[in-house]
Amino acid sequence: MAATRDGYGQALLELADNEKVVVLEADLGKSTKSLHFRKAYPERTISCGIGEQNMLLVAAGMASSGYIPFASTFAIFTERAFEQMRNGVARPGLAVHLCGSHGGTHTGTDGSSAQSIEDLAIFRTLPNVTVMHPSDEVSTRILTKRLATSTNASYMRTARNKTPVLYDDTPEDSIQIGKGLELKNGSDVAIVACGVLVSESLKAAEMLAQEGIQATVVDMHTIKPLDTDLINKVAERCGCIVTAEDHSIIGGLGGAVAEHLSLTTTTPLERVGVKDRFGESGQSDEMLELMELSAPHIAKAARRAMQRK
Amino acid sequence: MQHTIEELEELARKCRIEIVKMVYRAQAGHPGGSLSEIDLLAGLYGTTLRVRSDEPDWEDRDRFILSKGHASPGMYALLAERGFISHEDLTSYRVLGGVCQGHVDMKWCPGVDFSAGSLGMGLSYGMGCAIAAKLDGSERRAFVMLGDGEIQEGSVWEAAMAAAHHELGNLKVILDRNRIQNDDFCETQMRMFDIPAKWRAFGWNVKEINGHDMNEVVEGMNYLSETNDGPSILIAHTVKGKGVSFMEDNPSFHGAAPNDEQYALALSELGVAV
Ligand SMILES: Cc1ncc(C[n+]2csc(CCOP(=O)(O)OP(=O)(O)O)c2C)c(N)n1
Repeated sequence: MAATRDGYGQALLELADNEKVVVLEADLGKSTKSLHFRKAYPERTISCGIGEQNMLLVAAGMASSGYIPFASTFAIFTERAFEQMRNGVARPGLAVHLCGSHGGTHTGTDGSSAQSIEDLAIFRTLPNVTVMHPSDEVSTRILTKRLATSTNASYMRTARNKTPVLYDDTPEDSIQIGKGLELKNGSDVAIVACGVLVSESLKAAEMLAQEGIQATVVDMHTIKPLDTDLINKVAERCGCIVTAEDHSIIGGLGGAVAEHLSLTTTTPLERVGVKDRFGESGQSDEMLELMELSAPHIAKAARRAMQRK
Repeated sequence: MQHTIEELEELARKCRIEIVKMVYRAQAGHPGGSLSEIDLLAGLYGTTLRVRSDEPDWEDRDRFILSKGHASPGMYALLAERGFISHEDLTSYRVLGGVCQGHVDMKWCPGVDFSAGSLGMGLSYGMGCAIAAKLDGSERRAFVMLGDGEIQEGSVWEAAMAAAHHELGNLKVILDRNRIQNDDFCETQMRMFDIPAKWRAFGWNVKEINGHDMNEVVEGMNYLSETNDGPSILIAHTVKGKGVSFMEDNPSFHGAAPNDEQYALALSELGVAV
């Protein structure tokens, strides 16, 4: 078990050899894990105080001057800098990398004000912005490192709490921005998940296997650009899809997959996500249960999807 | 109901005990900023704030907006001591379904006038409450508690400028100047230079006090009540974690719970026989 935010912090350190890499903080470095970089490279770390909107545009100015800025805060507080991200970063096409940690209801007892469940949706609407939500510490580290050579701006959500490590033995080459990862390839139903719900989806697949249902499980760590080839492939193989995310059912991974499927097929789709409501204080596992995001709920959605074939 | 200085000090001490208990039970939360603000809250509720615990939604109540809403244990403790919620409710801090959500939330807890959690929002909201009171011809006032880290948010200064422009004498701010924010001391994270001069330059009436000297706290509350020619701010110099030795002036206890040993020490320092 490890937290994806630790993967982010580790990646920043590993990127430090590139002297153009700079880190921007808004008084949450201890939490987003940029603090390790700050300690090692204070001269390349810019403290913006508690001022997220300022941070985003300082990052944009640095990107325009040839730097590779990684700015982080909690996922929820990236949202107040949305317009800065749109007009100051995405529109001019500057490669600013924004990381929002503590995303989703999984973040727990801080409560609804801190549980960002719309970040993936809003950033996905911006042209020139890559949107990611990796599932484990290893893939977060690898994908963060890949961002340093990307010419696109990005938004990446990481999680506060520990989740299973899935890619310890996976060759780094197979983990690429924009390429989903097939973790299981059954032919009855395809579960396409991101972030903390990938490991829940694997548990759901085990539950289904006990009933003789063979599920495909895809880790769709990149929500934009969506790996539509892989969606087409699993839609054809399984004939029905379930999406699973710790995010509103509106506009996130489920929304992206629905938009794509509406163009090409009539594959039944069930979306597991937060059902257009706010969260509350609770432990991570309690929140996944309350919001109906845990493995049994994903398995239930899989059975519903199969009935609609 | 008027209280003596000793009674207010005792109220704050009881609240400090509850703060430590809440954060310990939840093994999460924000003790530092709760302990720094609590003498101010005790002074405000004990002498100045016009509210009714048996009628928390009373239309003409003064509004109190804890903009630094992470320091919720302080507010919950006070609300319990004043009868808005029960002491039993305090055990629901950060617990699923609990009245005492991680950040103060007006949807969940009686006596709470603002759903906080994102810093830099409460002053604008308080300004709206103050304008509404004026339009209603009501005597009610809006009190807003800000953190010193919080005033780094640009939106605070949008509200500060606008409140002076609109001459909102019924808008009053208490600034908890405890010199520490999340990651570290303010001085390291973002130097703010002359804070009183900044507020004065924005057109505010300013008074500075020692936020742990109850005589000065009460004087400060009187100042806020009596200053009605435009918005006013009480800059209270405080110590983060005040009252628990190992939390005092220690950035590590911004958002961390004590362990068993620290918990016992904290309680004994606050005068609880253990
Ligand atoms: C907009 C926003 N950015 C970041 C945070 C995360 N955060 C919570 S408390 C805190 C530090 C607050 O410091 P201060 O205002 O001085 O409060 P106090 O020391 O009184 O607890 C931070 C950065 C937040 N809640 N809201």
